[in-house]
Amino acid sequence: MATSSINVPSANPLQDSRSFLSRLRNGDEIARLITFIFAATVVLIVVLLVFELWTGSVLPRHKFGLSFFTTRVWDPIAEEFGALPFIYGTLITAGVSLLLAVPLGIGAAIFLAELAPQKISDTLQFFIDLLAAVPSVIYGLLGVFILIPVMREVIQPALKATLGFLPLFQGPAYGVGFFTAGLVLAIMVIPYIISVSREVLLSVPRDQREAALALGSTRWESTWKVVVPFARSGIMGSIFLALARALGETMAVTMVIGNTPTISASLFSPGYSIAAVIANEFTEATGDMYLQALIELGLVLFLLTFILNGAARLLMVLTTQRGSGMGNT
Amino acid sequence: MKRFAGLLLAVLTLAGIVAAQGLLINGAGATFPYPIYSKWFDEFHKVTGAQINYQSVGSGAGIKQVTEGTVDFGASDGPMNDDQIKAFRAKNGTGILHFPTVLGAAVPTYNVPGVTGTLNFTPEALSGIFLGRISKWNDPAIANANKNVSLPANDIVVIHRSDGSGTTYIWTDYLSKVSVDWKDKVGKGTSVNWPVGLGGKGNEGVTGLIKQTPNSIGYVELIYAAQNKIPFGSVKNSAGTFVAADLASVSEAAAGASKTMPEDFRVSITNAPGKNAYPISSFTWLLIPEKFKDAGKRDALKNFIKWAITDGQSFAENLSYAKLPKEVVDKELKALAKVQ
Repeated sequence: MATSSINVPSANPLQDSRSFLSRLRNGDEIARLITFIFAATVVLIVVLLVFELWTGSVLPRHKFGLSFFTTRVWDPIAEEFGALPFIYGTLITAGVSLLLAVPLGIGAAIFLAELAPQKISDTLQFFIDLLAAVPSVIYGLLGVFILIPVMREVIQPALKATLGFLPLFQGPAYGVGFFTAGLVLAIMVIPYIISVSREVLLSVPRDQREAALALGSTRWESTWKVVVPFARSGIMGSIFLALARALGETMAVTMVIGNTPTISASLFSPGYSIAAVIANEFTEATGDMYLQALIELGLVLFLLTFILNGAARLLMVLTTQRGSGMGNT
Repeated sequence: MKRFAGLLLAVLTLAGIVAAQGLLINGAGATFPYPIYSKWFDEFHKVTGAQINYQSVGSGAGIKQVTEGTVDFGASDGPMNDDQIKAFRAKNGTGILHFPTVLGAAVPTYNVPGVTGTLNFTPEALSGIFLGRISKWNDPAIANANKNVSLPANDIVVIHRSDGSGTTYIWTDYLSKVSVDWKDKVGKGTSVNWPVGLGGKGNEGVTGLIKQTPNSIGYVELIYAAQNKIPFGSVKNSAGTFVAADLASVSEAAAGASKTMPEDFRVSITNAPGKNAYPISSFTWLLIPEKFKDAGKRDALKNFIKWAITDGQSFAENLSYAKLPKEVVDKELKALAKVQ
């Protein structure tokens, strides 16, 4: 327990004021206590958050129970609430964004960390940090004014013509929808993946690379077979960060997703995400049931993030064990 | 440093003067009347010194905050329903009064390639389109009211507000009145379960989607359409004439409804009688508790309402709000005595 770890160093034979003063002077005790309080705050915030969401959503939890997760209707007037289309929309948009952003982001990070000259790498890093600092509403506006017309006029018809036999690319092309939202999210999370992955790759010890090169591998082989596996857990960390951002992103998503609670196999179909519906409807939500249903959606989003992060961490533990068992080739 | 101290002293003195006049009244609610409310509060402050803070957080939040007593008054684009009034009475031990302040309207706006003039919409066409039953622009229900326009055989894309809003309340209130199916299947509210269509956030979101989506139709506030020069369609009213929304036709809708105005002013004026009345119009209300603990606040607020619905109305038209008809103002002045 954390409390016992505080008590251990204070098990000092001299309990007089002199030893207290000396401990105070060299500051270890104070530093330990203060940093412990800071660390505990994080846990406290999470606990309070769940507590508030849980107590704030009593009415719909009792009325709908688990059917809240399986109902497709969201009708504030009849007070019928179901989260399924929103969960679906959140997962699909986050999935599409990671599918696009992960290969691109990691590829770019490898280039910047391993292959590019220092000057170019640093300059590009500056631009990437700049991208990460752009407010999401700007991405949303760019999505509305540039991406949506291009999607409707060019990209979606082209996808329909070539891959239209897949249910993923059927139906009318409105421009807004899961695909566009996923694309905007991908653009938003790429800087996170690149930035964190690059740092992790740069921190791989030199001797790892030298050993690989000494064994006769090419530059690419040493990068791909030694450096990247070595940095795997850090790269996974960057993907978690990207996933968390994609799940919770509100403003940019609501501007391009179409805001219609539908479940459709087509990526061109308009949809809705949990964060977007909360932002849209919270201010005008009248009636306790309606308001609490929105709060329960917040709880669902929290749960979703929790499960996905847990699953990703589990996956990482499993793959790391297997990797180390086989050894690096 | 000395100059800084002097400045500080000046600021403190100023703050002291404000505090001496002292009265700070808090309100919260509808976003739609915010431009005129802030103008009114500003003018009222200049004349009387009483300061009124208004947060435009949305009608729903306004009702919630006034019920919980965190603000002195609320404001809403839709009247409080009986349950909400009951909840207010249970919580505060007193009633709540509605005072109409100005009028607004929702207008149909569209983007049909090749159509430049004003389109006419019958109630049947609008409800059919928003129910998803009319799916082509050349459907007889639309075409028969627009004989001179050649409408394409394209699919209609319906666009609605995704955020909860008073505009949606007016729009769905109207559709509920003209279509039994709409009333049964969807109903009226600040957010509804839309049978078809895409959602845009805010008037600007709806307008943006309509501009970008060929063959689309949606609705925006009259003020927003007027200020941004967005063309909009005419709607057939209960007298059978096609009326384009403007300040006069909206005021006429209010005048038509004022004869049957209930004592508590909770009235919907959509589809109101009157030859030139625009049918998708509505009041916006201030929500005032019947009893105040603080006599100073009560008197200031009563003064404010009295001023806003009489002299204050002269600010309305510049900001594209329709004025209250005289009959309603007279009735409200009498009702003000109920606030104690």
